[in-house]
Amino acid sequence: MTDMTQIDDRKFTINFGPQHPAAHGVLRLVLELEGEVVERVDPHIGLLHRGTEKLIEHKTYMQAIPYFDRLDYVAPMNQEHAFCMAVEKLMDIEVPRRAQFIRVIYSEIGRILSHLLNITTQAMDVGALTPPVWGFEEREKLMVFYERASGSRMHAAYFRVGGVRQDLPPDLVSDLIDWCDQFPQKVKDIETLLTGNRIFKQRNVDIGVVSKQDALEWGFSGVMVRGSGMPWDLRRSQPYEVYDELEFKIPLGKNGDNYDRYLCRVEEMYESVKIMQQCLKMMPEGPVLTEDNKVVPPRREEMKQSMEALIHHFKLYTEGFHVPEGECYAAVEAPKGEFGVYLVADGTNKPYRCKVRAPGFPHLAAMDYLNRGHMLADVSAILGSLDIVFGEIDR
Amino acid sequence: MEDLKQHILDGLGAAVNGAEIAFGELTIQARREEIVKTITFLRDDPICRFTTLIDLCGSDYPEREQRFEVVYHMLSMHLNHRVRIKISTDEDTAVPTLSGLFPNANWYEREAFDMYGIIFDEHPDLRRLLTDYNFEGYPLRKDFPLTGFVEVRYDEERKEVIYEPVTLPQEFRDFDFMSPWEGAKYVQDAEEKGEGT
Repeated sequence: MTDMTQIDDRKFTINFGPQHPAAHGVLRLVLELEGEVVERVDPHIGLLHRGTEKLIEHKTYMQAIPYFDRLDYVAPMNQEHAFCMAVEKLMDIEVPRRAQFIRVIYSEIGRILSHLLNITTQAMDVGALTPPVWGFEEREKLMVFYERASGSRMHAAYFRVGGVRQDLPPDLVSDLIDWCDQFPQKVKDIETLLTGNRIFKQRNVDIGVVSKQDALEWGFSGVMVRGSGMPWDLRRSQPYEVYDELEFKIPLGKNGDNYDRYLCRVEEMYESVKIMQQCLKMMPEGPVLTEDNKVVPPRREEMKQSMEALIHHFKLYTEGFHVPEGECYAAVEAPKGEFGVYLVADGTNKPYRCKVRAPGFPHLAAMDYLNRGHMLADVSAILGSLDIVFGEIDR
Repeated sequence: MEDLKQHILDGLGAAVNGAEIAFGELTIQARREEIVKTITFLRDDPICRFTTLIDLCGSDYPEREQRFEVVYHMLSMHLNHRVRIKISTDEDTAVPTLSGLFPNANWYEREAFDMYGIIFDEHPDLRRLLTDYNFEGYPLRKDFPLTGFVEVRYDEERKEVIYEPVTLPQEFRDFDFMSPWEGAKYVQDAEEKGEGT
């Protein structure tokens, strides 16, 4: 009888995932609850660990690119971008102007892909079923654009060191312009479902509040700091490619809660469309890959004519190119935050060390801090708002 | 950036071994024992203000006496600059933890421990992070084979998932495509030993 009174029957531990629709992949959370209030969260990750960094050390630089598609598989090209920028930095390669515009267009497509998925599935986590269906229709169109440029809907391997693999097909540009014209209306439609929705607001306003100071200490980036009112966007503060020539706004939140982050993502989609429209207008004609045949394989037509081109092709697809010794860090503003690649080259044809800095990793690390004192039902709302994709966290 | 480098060198004195600028990035070689002091200075100094720990990772150089490096990347969102701090250690020497300064260092250090076996002193929760439960070995070390040591499958008879030593139906292929003019690595090795033609 005395034993019974000592055990607090309001306290218990539950497993959330790894097979849970709101776990956004393979996350296992061990939740310690006091009644319905969360006392401690212990995320167990690594269920999707594929040893990407180890594999990259055993592959040539070109063979490493497809691994980046498989990190954050919701916005594949943004990851490739960071890796290509790191290699270009070490080799001092200039990317042709047209390729820079194409890279920006496709990075913004990636951003829209990711934000569409995130806001709609986060809405699904808090009970709305229609938004994902509407959002996925647009995502499908965007993935067709991926396919028309690269031949693949998701795992594109389109960004290459020195530019992009091939030029856009002729009618793709006009189709992109048409798509940009109709897309803002689609976002407005989704907004009618969510932005003013009473249930959606009840589930998200004042939930998962992150103060500016905490956002810095926890190493947050992207929407997670902008939602807390920190004006920080790598596209603006450390511009790469042609971002410094483009006009766009950086939406900021005020309260740092789930709802502000949702609003930031929605606004960022409108801005992304504007960036794409500017790029499509400003994009010059010209080459899309540097001409340096020691890095970039020759075109197929050349190979039929030129012995030298044939040799280059053979060498690049077996040995690959060599990257001079050195180390560097290159980062892009991926949809989820700062995606960085720390690359150590030892002068051979393979990276010596390639650390992938995934934005979701510190965000998920803060799960305990974010959820403490919240209700059990808020866990999935907060998790959704962090924008977690396991491909990049587990690597 | 030159000014920043000089400022950091002056401010930290003997706590750092040196600094260099390459590819437009500032790298500081710090001393392992002083790493907490170094990072605290970089975070709080008004000219540095590196308030975000962007990344922390290990890397392995087996030929060195102290084979591991721990690499810290820091970012100042206020002043818009970055810095990289490197320290070296080996299998047995513990590195002071940063989890008191930056809460996200907790997971980064767990990852470095998991991947390289680097030990962090006074870390509150130094468990494996990414690898399987009960995993043995440190997968990102250079002497860890790419194929690993064990593989898992579901055993129909025992009705459970079992671990077995890796069997490769095809021999592991690691081609050395280095240019024959520069000399592939195995050819060079053989020539140095006087075995080559």
